Amino acid sequence: MDVLIVFLPLVGAILAGLFGKLLGDRGSQVVTCSLLIAAAVLSVFVFFDVGLHGHARTTQLFTWFDSGTFELNWALRVDTLTAVMFCVVTIVSAVVHVYSVGYMAEDRSIPRFQSYLSLFTFFMLMLVSSDNLVQMFFGWEGVGLASYLLIGFWYEKPSACAAAIKAFLVNRVGDVGFALGIAGIFLLFGAVDYDTIFQAVPGQADTVLHVFGRDWHALTVLCLLLFLGAMGKSAQLGLHTWLPDAMEGPTPVSALIHAATMVTAGVFMVCRLSPIFEYAPDALTVVTIVGASTAFFAATVGLTQNDIKRVIAYSTCSQLGYMFFAAGVSAYGAAMFHLMTHAFFKALLFLGAGAVIHAMHHEQDMRKMGGLWRKIPVTYTLMWIGSLALCGFGIPGLDIGFAGFYSKDMIIEAAFAAHSGVGDYAYWLGVIAAFMTAFYSFRLLFMTFHGKTRADHHTFDHAHEAPKVMIWPLFVLATGAVLAGAVFYGLFVGEGQLAFWNGAVFSRSDVLEAAHHIPEWAKVLPMVMTLAGIGLAWLMYVRSPELAPKAAAAFRPLYLFSFRKWYFDELYDRIFVQPALYLGRGFWTTGDGAVIDGLGPDGVAAATRDIAQRASRLQSGYLYHYAFAMLIGVVVLVTWYIFSAL
Amino acid sequence: MSSWPLLSLVTFLPLVGAVFILAIRGEQAVVSRNARYVALWTSLITFALSLFIWFGFKPGTADFQFVEKADWIKSFGISYHMGVDGISMPFVLLSTLLTPLCVLASWKMEKRVKEYMIAFLVLETLMVGTFCALDFVAFYMFFEGVLIPMFLIIGVWGGPRRVYSAFKFFLFTLAGSVLMLLAILAIYFAGGTTDIPTLISQGHLDPQLQIWLWLAFFASFAVKIPMWPVHTWLPDAHVEAPTAGSVILAGVLLKMGGYGFLRFSLPMLPEATHFFAPLVFTLSVVAIIYTSLVALVQKDMKKLIAYSSVAHMGFVTVGIFTITQQGLAGAVFQMLSHGIVSAALFLVVGVVYDRLHTREIERYGGLANSMPRYSLVFMVFMLASVGLPGTSGFVGEFLVIVGAFQVNTWVALLTASGMVLGATYMLWLYRKTIFGALTKPDLKAMADLELREKLVFAPLIALAIFFGVYPKPLLDIMGPSVDHLIQNYQLALEAGHLPSLAMLLH
Repeated sequence: MDVLIVFLPLVGAILAGLFGKLLGDRGSQVVTCSLLIAAAVLSVFVFFDVGLHGHARTTQLFTWFDSGTFELNWALRVDTLTAVMFCVVTIVSAVVHVYSVGYMAEDRSIPRFQSYLSLFTFFMLMLVSSDNLVQMFFGWEGVGLASYLLIGFWYEKPSACAAAIKAFLVNRVGDVGFALGIAGIFLLFGAVDYDTIFQAVPGQADTVLHVFGRDWHALTVLCLLLFLGAMGKSAQLGLHTWLPDAMEGPTPVSALIHAATMVTAGVFMVCRLSPIFEYAPDALTVVTIVGASTAFFAATVGLTQNDIKRVIAYSTCSQLGYMFFAAGVSAYGAAMFHLMTHAFFKALLFLGAGAVIHAMHHEQDMRKMGGLWRKIPVTYTLMWIGSLALCGFGIPGLDIGFAGFYSKDMIIEAAFAAHSGVGDYAYWLGVIAAFMTAFYSFRLLFMTFHGKTRADHHTFDHAHEAPKVMIWPLFVLATGAVLAGAVFYGLFVGEGQLAFWNGAVFSRSDVLEAAHHIPEWAKVLPMVMTLAGIGLAWLMYVRSPELAPKAAAAFRPLYLFSFRKWYFDELYDRIFVQPALYLGRGFWTTGDGAVIDGLGPDGVAAATRDIAQRASRLQSGYLYHYAFAMLIGVVVLVTWYIFSAL
Repeated sequence: MSSWPLLSLVTFLPLVGAVFILAIRGEQAVVSRNARYVALWTSLITFALSLFIWFGFKPGTADFQFVEKADWIKSFGISYHMGVDGISMPFVLLSTLLTPLCVLASWKMEKRVKEYMIAFLVLETLMVGTFCALDFVAFYMFFEGVLIPMFLIIGVWGGPRRVYSAFKFFLFTLAGSVLMLLAILAIYFAGGTTDIPTLISQGHLDPQLQIWLWLAFFASFAVKIPMWPVHTWLPDAHVEAPTAGSVILAGVLLKMGGYGFLRFSLPMLPEATHFFAPLVFTLSVVAIIYTSLVALVQKDMKKLIAYSSVAHMGFVTVGIFTITQQGLAGAVFQMLSHGIVSAALFLVVGVVYDRLHTREIERYGGLANSMPRYSLVFMVFMLASVGLPGTSGFVGEFLVIVGAFQVNTWVALLTASGMVLGATYMLWLYRKTIFGALTKPDLKAMADLELREKLVFAPLIALAIFFGVYPKPLLDIMGPSVDHLIQNYQLALEAGHLPSLAMLLH
C-alpha cells in the first residue's frame, strides 16, 4: 500500500508526460486525477492503520549507495509523521489536480501541467517517506525541480523564467548546507539512516567537531547546516526571496507547492530530525529566532502588497515562521498540527484567489477589484472561511473555533510556556504577527469583495462564478479548514499525543503540558490582537477608505520599507548577482585571456619567434659549437642527478 | 572467454576497421557511405565485445583481470602487458560506448569522410589501449598517441580558428607529456622495470625523488584533466572541434588525467601525494569557483559547457586527493558520469548547430515551442550536469563532498558551492535557449529530433538515469580497487617518512 501511494503519482506523471499527445488533454486529466484520488484514499487508510493503530513500518526497496561504509537503501518509512504528511500531500494534491481541470481549461499544454503536478507529488511523497537523509535529499531536490518547472510553466513570460531560476538557486544555497550536514552526519555517526543515527545521538551529545577552522559542539553545527536547507525550502528570513516571485506560476501550483506542501518540507525536516535537534539546544535557539523573526517580517510585508497572490505568499512565509518557532521550543507536535491545518486553509485561500483571478480575467491587482461579493458569492463565502481559519478565529473560553484557532494558539502558548528569552521573543513577535495577519487577511477580503468596484465595466460585468469542477474541490478544503483543528486537537497536541506520535517526533509532554497551563491573559491576548486587526482593516478599507492612503503617506518611510520588502532583492542583487557577473567577466578576459594565455601559450609563442630569430644566428655550422652546447647539457643533467641522489 | 585475448581484441579491432576503410576505393559518394557503415559496424562490434569484459569481470577483487602478457623488448625488460581492474574497466566501456555514438552523430559530415572515420577508429584504439596498458612504454605510446588523431580532428574538421586551437591543444598537452616521459625514465632507472603492477607492488621510492616525479606526472595529468590554471586550451579546443570531437574530448580524453593520478601518482608516489594534496585542493577549489563564474558570462554554448567541464573535473581532483573511500569512488563515478553527461551535452549543442550553424546563445530562444522532444532531452542532461539527485551527476558529486568533509571542511564547503554556481549557468543556458518566446523566424522552422538523433541520445539518457537511481553495479566494480588503493597508500605512509618542505628545498 505504501509503495502504491508513492508510485501512483509517478505513473501518472510518466503517462501524461510522455504519452500526453496520445491521451489527449482529457485523457491526461482523467489519468492523473484518478491516480491521485486513489493515492489519497489509500493515504487515509494508512493514516488510520499507522496513526491510530500504531502499525509503523519500513519497506526496503533496493540498494542505492554502497561505497565503503556509506551504505543506504531506497526505502519507504511510514510512521505517524509520514502518515500525516501522506494525507496532507495526497489530499491537497488531489484537490489541486481536479481544480486544475477547470483552471487550466484554456491552456494549450494541459498534459504537461498535469504531469508536472503528479511528478511533484511523487517527489514530495518520497521526501516524507524517506528512511535516510540522502533519500530525503532526493525528494528535497526533486520537489525543487518540480517547483522550478511549474513556476516557469508559462515559459514565454520572462518574469516566470526568472522566478523559476531564482527559486531553484536560492533553494540550492540552502541545499549546500543540507548536503554538508549529511556529510557531517556521516562523519560523526558513520551512517545516514534515521534509526542508526537516532540511537547513537545520546552517545554523541558532547562530541566536539573541528569544522571551518574552529571547534564546535558537533550536533549544534550539524543541525545548523541541516537547518540551512530547511530555511531555503521553507523560505525563512534571508532565503525567502524566491517565494513571492514564485507566484508567477499558475495559481493551483501556488496552492499545492508554495503553500500547502513543499514549503513545509523544512518544518517536516526539523520534526523528523527532532531527536537530533533535541541534543543541540543552541541550534533550537537559532530555529526559534529565525522562525519568529520570519513570522514578524513576512507579516509586515504582507500589510502593503497589492497583488492578491503576493499577500497570501507572504502570509505563508509568516505562518511557516510560526511552525519553526514551535519546533524551536520543542513543541514538534504543535508545529506538525499547524502544518496540517495550514495546508487546508492556505490551499483554500489560494484556490479561492484563483477563482477570483479566473472571474476577473487574470487580473491579480486588488486595486482593480472590489465589490465582487455579489458576483461570486460562493467564492466569497469560502474566502471568509479561509481567512477566519488563517486568523485563528475562535472563542477562547468555549474552545470552539476554526482550524487555525487550535493550532496557532497552541504554538503561541507553547512559546510562552518555554519561559526562556527566545521563547518570550517568539511569543511577542507571534502575538504582533497575529495582529498583522488579521489585518492583511481582511484587507484582502475587503479590497477584493467589498466597496465600490474599481474594475473596469467590461471585466466586472462579465465576472462569474468558477465552474463546478473548481468550486467543489474547495469544499473539501473548507471542511478541513473548519473542522481539522477541533477533530485532531486531542491527537496532535492533546492527551493522546504520546500514543499518537509513537516516537515519530520527539515528544516532550512537559512542553505541551505547560502550554495548557499558562496565565489566562496570555491565552486571550492573541485573540484580542486578531479582533483588533480585523477591526482596523474594516475601519481602513470599509468604513472610511480614505484612511489607507493617508496612513501610507503619514508613515511613508515605513510604508516603503514594507512595500519594497525590506529591500532584500535590491541588496542581494548588489551583494551577490552583480559581483558574480563582474568577477566572471574579469576572470575570463583578464585571468584566462591576458594572464594565463598571455604568459602561457601566446606569450611563449611570441617569445619563441623572438628566440628563434636569435638562435638562427647561433647556427654557425661549426661542429664544436654544437658539441659545446651538448656538453653543457650533460653537465647540467649530471649535476642534477648527483644532487638528487644526495 | 578467458583464453581469448579479449582486451587486445577490443583495443585493436577498431584499427582493423580503419585499415578496411583505408582500402575503400571508388566514387566519392560511395566511399563516404561505405566508410560510415564500416566505422559504425566496427565500433558497434567493438562495443559488443567490450560488453564481455563487463560481464566477465569478477567484482570483489582488486587484482588485474583479463591479463595478457608477452615479451616485447626483452633486453630492456619491456613487455606487452594488458589488464584491467575496477578503476580502468568502466573507462574502457565508456570509450567503446561513445565511439559508435560519435560515428552516428557525424553521419551528415561531408568533408573527407574516409579520413574522418579513420581518425575516430584510430582514436578508439588508442583510448582503449591507454586504459588497458600495464606497461609504461605501451601506456606512454597510447597516451601520447591519442594526441595525433585528436589534433587532426580539430585541425582539419574544426571551425574557423581550428589551427590556433589545435596547436594550443597540442602544445599544452605535449609540454606536460615531455616531463612525464622524463619521469617514466627516472622510474625505470630507479625501479629497473617498466611493468606497472610490479612497480606498484614493489614500490618504495625515495621520498625526495618522489617529489620530482610527482611534479612531472602532475604536469602531464593536470593539463589533461585539465586543472586551473592550465585549462585554457580546453574551451578553445572544444569550440573549434567538430561535435564528435568534443564528445570524445570531454567524454574520454579528460578522464585520462584523472586515471593517471589514480594509476601512478597515488600508488607509486604516496608520500609525494600526501605532500602535495593541499596544492591540489587549492587548485581544484579555485577551478570550481573560477571557471563556474567564467561559464556564467559565456556567449557561446560550447564554451560554456567546456568551462563547466573544468569545474566538474575540479570535483574529481578533490575527490581523488581526499584518499577516502567515498572521495575516490565519487571521483571515479564523477568521471564516468561526466563522460556520459558532458558528451551528451555537446551532442545536444551539435543538434542545433547542425540546423542553424551557430552556437551563439543569443541566437536561440523559445525552442520549447518548436522542439519539445529536444527540450526534454536537453532538460535531462542539464539536470544531470547540475547534479540533481536521481541522476548520475549527483552520485559522484555527493560522494566527493562526503569524502572531502572527512578531510577538510573548508574544501568541502567551497567544493559544495559549485552546486549553486553549476546550477546557475546551466539553468541560465537552458532558459536562454529553450524558454522564452519563439520569435526568430529561422527557429520556428527548425525540425525536432530525427530518428538518428534519438538513437544517439536514448542510451545516454538511460545510463544517466539508471546510474543515478542504481549506481551499485559501478560502485561494486570499483569498490575493491579503490579499497586496495587506500590500503596501500596508508601502509606506505606509515612505513615511509613523509617528505617535508625542507627536503624539497634542500
